[in-house]
Amino acid sequence: MQEVKSILMVGVGGQGTILASNVLAEGLLKNGYDVKMSEVHGMSQRGGSVNTQIRFGEKVYSPVIEVGAADVIVAFEKMEAVRWLNYLKKDGVVIVNTVEIPPLSVLISKEEYPKNLIEEISKSVKTIAVDADKIAESLGNIKAQNIVLLGVLVKYLGLQGIDWEEVIKNNVPQKFVELNTNAFRKGLEVI
Amino acid sequence: MKKIMMGDEAVARGAYEYGITFAAAYPGTPSTEIIENIAKYKEIYSEWAPNEKVAVEAAIGASIAGARSLAAMKHVGLNVAADPLFTFAYTGVNGGCVIVTADDPGMHSSQNEQDNRYYAKFAKIPMLEPSDSQECKDFVGYALDISEKYDTPVLLRLTTRVSHGKGVVELGERQNVEMKPYKKDIPKYVMVPANAQKRHVVVEERLKALRQLSEEISINRIEWNDREIGIITSGISYLYVKEVFGDEVSILKLGMTYPLPSELIKKFAEGVKKLYVVEELEPYIEEHVKSLGIKVIGKEILPIVGELNPGIIRKAIKGEELEHISVDTKVPGRPPMLCAGCPHRGVFYVLKKKRVPVLGDIGCYTLGAAPPLEAIDTCVCMGASVSGSHGFQKANEHKGRKQKTFSVIGDSTFFHSGITGLINIVYNKGNAVPIILDNRITAMTGHQHNPGTGKTLMGEEAPEIDIAKLSEAIGVKRVRVVDPFNLKEVENAVDEAVNTDDTMVIIAKGPCALIPPKPQGECRIDQDKCKKCGLCLRLGCPAISKKDGIFSIDPDQCTGCTVCMQVCPFDAIEKVR
Repeated sequence: MQEVKSILMVGVGGQGTILASNVLAEGLLKNGYDVKMSEVHGMSQRGGSVNTQIRFGEKVYSPVIEVGAADVIVAFEKMEAVRWLNYLKKDGVVIVNTVEIPPLSVLISKEEYPKNLIEEISKSVKTIAVDADKIAESLGNIKAQNIVLLGVLVKYLGLQGIDWEEVIKNNVPQKFVELNTNAFRKGLEVI
Repeated sequence: MKKIMMGDEAVARGAYEYGITFAAAYPGTPSTEIIENIAKYKEIYSEWAPNEKVAVEAAIGASIAGARSLAAMKHVGLNVAADPLFTFAYTGVNGGCVIVTADDPGMHSSQNEQDNRYYAKFAKIPMLEPSDSQECKDFVGYALDISEKYDTPVLLRLTTRVSHGKGVVELGERQNVEMKPYKKDIPKYVMVPANAQKRHVVVEERLKALRQLSEEISINRIEWNDREIGIITSGISYLYVKEVFGDEVSILKLGMTYPLPSELIKKFAEGVKKLYVVEELEPYIEEHVKSLGIKVIGKEILPIVGELNPGIIRKAIKGEELEHISVDTKVPGRPPMLCAGCPHRGVFYVLKKKRVPVLGDIGCYTLGAAPPLEAIDTCVCMGASVSGSHGFQKANEHKGRKQKTFSVIGDSTFFHSGITGLINIVYNKGNAVPIILDNRITAMTGHQHNPGTGKTLMGEEAPEIDIAKLSEAIGVKRVRVVDPFNLKEVENAVDEAVNTDDTMVIIAKGPCALIPPKPQGECRIDQDKCKKCGLCLRLGCPAISKKDGIFSIDPDQCTGCTVCMQVCPFDAIEKVR
């Protein structure tokens, strides 16, 4: 058993961070890890910035990750990766979906969506950029981008030994099992 | 069997395993999932109450009848339910009763961050504070035992990170708890002065016994390690302390935080060199420790505002900070916003245009205060829009200022505590105008049923309370039901209200865009007709954007609500499906 790992999933309300983190947590639990998670519900879900925190290891205390303590940030959206970057350890890694979701201030031209974010991030930290939306879309449903990213994360963490497809089956409606299983497999192939 | 559970879900599991028969709640983040999960256990009768006061009173009734009962609410909900709670403390219980308060330090989804631990002290009832999901489940069991043994309601206090944190829970079987027999007992249950005076004495005696219990109960425990530093803590803060210090320091972990165990605290303080209290929000434990004449460090180094986390504690006590990445790029904020196709948008657009004062309330529509709509003037508490608009209007009238005052309130919030405000307007011959944004669901907390939706928590068909008929029955002269997606209709009703002295209610009835099935429709901007005036952007619709000077509508987000079409002065927007 290894020391505690901290995974921060960040994105925009509606992107499915909670489903991805639920699958991750259930798989980890089944394989004997202690797991703690934290998520925020309610107001922020109306298109706001959201985060889900997962910590696992032999014995986990805090469900909350502090600044500078995340081993991996999985950003479902580029700008969110930057917003949360100070939570990352110096030698941590960012897995980032290259999609841009403009906030209202950008939609109404009050602010600009920042340019070259991926380049900016990769200057200071190891970055794995994934076009998860495109991969999911090629499988027939853009919504499965969350499970593509989960696949990338699992590969990065070296946790392929866990029967993730079984866990996915338990967590998504029957008609989406095949889509999500394929999305997960595609995610594994990214790195 | 082990399962990962949210704290709220674990409280529900506790309700199941420890034989609760009756549960009631009003939704409110972060407490909502407690009763939503209880509803999955058919062994428990559960219901949405129209407000927290009703939920607690119903739980009191069930308890007196002899059942184990529970009522759950968010912190501010306990303000609403405080009236029955304080007297329930006097009558005591028959079947055990747990009142759950889920506080929201950091105000993730609340209008204040009051520390409800003071309610236990104020009402003189015992309080338990779980730290994680396993304790959430276990403490329901402790609470029920204490409730029945000491004849008192028990407050179970969670915070957002406990409610919405997830951890591993060991599941057990449901205990078969029989209903207790009900025996009429007027001196105990009828709180007229002569009886209440005697019951207050009982409450004080009970507190003495509970103080003793707090000294002995296993959930108040000392973890002796190095004695250089000692930390008294409870709830989520305990986990943060363990995260930072592991087994380096001694800890007094308090699971029962009212009454506080004075002797145990003294013993712990004597055993360590330097004593800290680590607690979120108010110096609740710290004040007690200081009252014992013990020197302790607390709020002078830890914040009274917002949530704690391991980093804050690390910096305050150890003077250390973790190294972290930083980037210079500033990114725009991403606040929550009204969804594409939201029925509230058009109403706010009209109200802003009319430049009238609009008192707001608690729900998704509070987002109407955000730019670019900026259509509401206030948000105080559940129901305060209707009653507040009356005061606003009356004060103005009394001093000769002529201006019509409006309020906006959701259907669920109207049932919660808007009705009494409306009665007040009619009774006191006011004419402030409530606009009931009836989106057919309790939306902000995640789509719970309410008295207007025709369904109960347990999924049964129910009578739909008709807000229009109710308003008429109260005596409102003009009741107008409008389609919130038809701006002309909304505007006509608002104009009518501005120009009449009659009492008037406008009901903007249109379903939340997130109620399945998602509305299927699409509007498109004809680039040849678009004069780039930007009026459509003033709706703050996430589907409409301006990029490189071109205005467009995202077909994936658009629901075809047509509000933007009606706003466009150049007929440049058309409905394509």
